[in-house]
Amino acid sequence: MSSKSLQRLSLAILMMTAAASGPKARADDTLYRDLGGRATLERIVDGAVAMWVTDARIAQTFDNLNLDRFKRRLTDQLCELAGGPCRYTGRNMYLTHKGLHLDIVEFNALVEDLQDAMNQVRVPFRTQNRLLAILAPMKRDIVTR
Amino acid sequence: MGIRLPCAIAIVAMMSGVADSIASADGFDENLDRFDSGKLLATAGVNELEGAGGGGLVPWALITGYGTSQAIGADVHFTHIALPDYTIDSGGAAVGLFDRLELSYARLAFDTGSTGGRLGLGNGFTFGENIFGAKLRLMGDAIYDQDRLLPQVAVGALYKTNDQGAVLRAIGARDADGVDFYVTATKLFLVQSLLVTGALRETRANQLGILGFGGDRDNGYSTEFEGSAAILLTRAFAVGAEFRTKPNNLEFAGENNVGDVFAAYFINKHLSATLAFVALGDIATRKNQNGAYLSLQSGF
Repeated sequence: MSSKSLQRLSLAILMMTAAASGPKARADDTLYRDLGGRATLERIVDGAVAMWVTDARIAQTFDNLNLDRFKRRLTDQLCELAGGPCRYTGRNMYLTHKGLHLDIVEFNALVEDLQDAMNQVRVPFRTQNRLLAILAPMKRDIVTR
Repeated sequence: MGIRLPCAIAIVAMMSGVADSIASADGFDENLDRFDSGKLLATAGVNELEGAGGGGLVPWALITGYGTSQAIGADVHFTHIALPDYTIDSGGAAVGLFDRLELSYARLAFDTGSTGGRLGLGNGFTFGENIFGAKLRLMGDAIYDQDRLLPQVAVGALYKTNDQGAVLRAIGARDADGVDFYVTATKLFLVQSLLVTGALRETRANQLGILGFGGDRDNGYSTEFEGSAAILLTRAFAVGAEFRTKPNNLEFAGENNVGDVFAAYFINKHLSATLAFVALGDIATRKNQNGAYLSLQSGF
């Protein structure tokens, strides 16, 4: 097998594994509604991104990023994961974060700021945890250092 | 034999794994903060009475300290228990290495107060116990593996020495020192905001070692069961309950299963306070030793 085919095969296997181990989107939209629907998700993402880009622990991760497109993609993703009527069309978590070499300290900083953003728009704590439960397994794909 | 030999082998075998982690490539990354306090708030638990990371009476599979898998964390704790006929004070320190290995030390002081006089030991007679602990996380991630059933699992040992050997033998205990071996599994169910631990322990300790090890009623190791359940009410506040079963090795005084209900407040990653109501059963012939438990933990 040529090295190029080997590369393509490895990438395909990686993508399938990444997709298989990803969190399961909700079958019903209860969490989406409990979160306040797309309007609140947009506010959560706005708040989280505003914190991320000024958080000394992770701000550099967001250099050279089209923030508007990023926010739209992230909102689509959270909406879909929570069972809402959206479709995330971006790449999987492993591929989108691989080049950033994120470590667990940076990942936890992302989580803490997201929690703060949800607090700001008064998402109940238990509801926050139901969303975090879907996002938590992504740590395995996102943390590569 | 129970779980003692497998625990010991697992600990020794995995020490080389820990050494590998320390020596691995990222050790030369000068941007790496070895004291990162990077874990999420409350995800290291507090220190149980014997000094191990966990709840109030039960060791959890979480490694103490806020250091992540790239770092080192540590803490000191002070615990005071006020019972009808006794007081128990515990103080100690623990270190968490790379979220993999935990080393702990605690000193327990069991003050018999006026009951000491009644027992013929003298008022204020105090049993002192040193507890050296090691805990090794074997597998699993209690916090992040939300899509898996596998809990975080750790094995540990607690080497305990009591300084009142002569008195211990007089009350029927066989030894003034002993080792507990345990396996513990912890899982955070984020959907329910619930943190659960179950543990199995092999022990000969009487009243956690306060009254020595082994005895004239029973001298061998026995297998004990322990568990904790905590509800997270906020990122900083949890309430829960625990239980532990205990051996009953001494003829002169029966020993019971124990439990507590607790509230733990994590002020920040450097300070926490835990308040509990503990039900410690019968201790050295005094019945229904139920009282208040207060613990403070400070670290990084």
